[in-house]
Amino acid sequence: MNPLDWVLSPFQYNFMRTAALAGALVGATCALLGVYVVLRRMAFIGDALAHTVLPGLVIAYLNRWNMTGGALAAGIITALGIGWLSRRREIREDTAIGILFTGMFALGILLMSAVRSFRDFSHMLFGYIIGVTDDQLRLFAALALIIIVVLILLHKELELTSFDPIHAQVIGLRPDALRYALLALMALAVVGAIQAVGVVLTSALLIVPAATASLLTKRLPAMMALATLIAVISSLTGLLVSYHLDVASGAAIVLICIAIFLLVWVIRTIHECRRTTQR
Amino acid sequence: MNTARRLFLPYGGRRAAGSPSDAPALAAQDLCVRYPGADQPALRDVTIMVPAGARVALVGPNGAGKSTLLKSAAGLLPVVGGSLMVYGARPGSLPHRVAYLAQRGELDWNFPISVRRLVVAGRYPHLGWLRWPAREDWRKADAALERLGIRDLAERQIGELSGGQQQRALLARALAQEADLLLLDEPLNAVDAATREVVSTVLRDLQREGKTVVVATHDLDRLQTDFDDALFLLDGQVVARGAGQAHPHYARASQLNGRLEVTA
Repeated sequence: MNPLDWVLSPFQYNFMRTAALAGALVGATCALLGVYVVLRRMAFIGDALAHTVLPGLVIAYLNRWNMTGGALAAGIITALGIGWLSRRREIREDTAIGILFTGMFALGILLMSAVRSFRDFSHMLFGYIIGVTDDQLRLFAALALIIIVVLILLHKELELTSFDPIHAQVIGLRPDALRYALLALMALAVVGAIQAVGVVLTSALLIVPAATASLLTKRLPAMMALATLIAVISSLTGLLVSYHLDVASGAAIVLICIAIFLLVWVIRTIHECRRTTQR
Repeated sequence: MNTARRLFLPYGGRRAAGSPSDAPALAAQDLCVRYPGADQPALRDVTIMVPAGARVALVGPNGAGKSTLLKSAAGLLPVVGGSLMVYGARPGSLPHRVAYLAQRGELDWNFPISVRRLVVAGRYPHLGWLRWPAREDWRKADAALERLGIRDLAERQIGELSGGQQQRALLARALAQEADLLLLDEPLNAVDAATREVVSTVLRDLQREGKTVVVATHDLDRLQTDFDDALFLLDGQVVARGAGQAHPHYARASQLNGRLEVTA
């Protein structure tokens, strides 16, 4: 097959065009937020947030409510719950995350097993980007817009609290409040990512493109742009690979992300070795 | 003249009211401060007064309460007993008038940000929410960098600087903030001789400009030349005062502390 056909022919189908747009939107917003997740060492909480959304999804599904609403509610409850559990410092934050994360995930599995609908269940766990509807696509676009606008408006405060929370506090900012704002944005981003790559692999979209970008630049805006670009390329490539090879799209997208990361990592390592031997 | 009023949404919710001009920069009365979760107070019954325009050194071994006093004045720690006033107001309520320099290790130096961008953060209390640094703010940041002799490093990532250069960048940020009271925690700890000179000069200039400077330091050599007054702290209490003093009580504690540090 000629390469151009390989790329273009899948998009004669409406569902593939919708999936491509959804993948690009979701990947871009996750990567953008992911830069903060990586720089603020919030990788664990990002993964937890994706998992704890499951009971929200299941409850909404069983009651025929809006599943996105269920996921959002569960995400926000988690973000606040972690802060509340670790508030008095008797329980460390990562422990609090571990408890909420596994507890909520187990609750989701329990509820799902009670109705034994494993086809829908596997879509939640592993993503079903081909099944994105036009309504969902519009919702993802709205969520992406909210996230981008908030990131721009709060850029200097989020940046400052990320590297120097003490100065931030002295000049009257509240680093913990900004952290909650970031967690809420992550909950929004996760809702879309679950549709694309599923609960289990969502944290890959948050972490991997941002980690790759952090190897390539030492400037925050450039890092965000690069992470976004890498995520969009990965989403589209992953989607095409999954179409042609007939494999799971979520896994394909994540593996392309990882492949780009490894490629950059190897090039960087060779470059570093050359530089040290030249000295 | 019709001046366009620009949007100002201050951090902390409200613009601090002007404080009485005759209020001392720092006044503590029987001040007790305890870290959250700690059993023992880190400061006990501290009574001090720092008049506006003074340069005061806080001297004492590690754990004596120097940092605690500075952090309290910056509004970072809750006061559990006595009172503490900064320009006659509650600590932390005058973010644009008080600059605080934490010890160098309390920042994430790997963060992808340039030195210039770090320094312009000193302007943020004057900007508040939703406003980006304007040309005037960048000009002030550059002037502060110039003053500390690191203008040529402005576009470097902050982690690429040496320890002394990082300290200068932090002081530049405090200058860009144009605060009246500067609280500096060990600005001369483990820095090169050139940085010591630059910092010393800047401290002198600041006094000439009528600024108040409170510095935690280990450096006893410079007490008489660089400071108007010194407070000697030990175990959370002020044990002696005066830049010319070499208090025997403090000297013994200092030696003991030195020995403990070596064996640890």
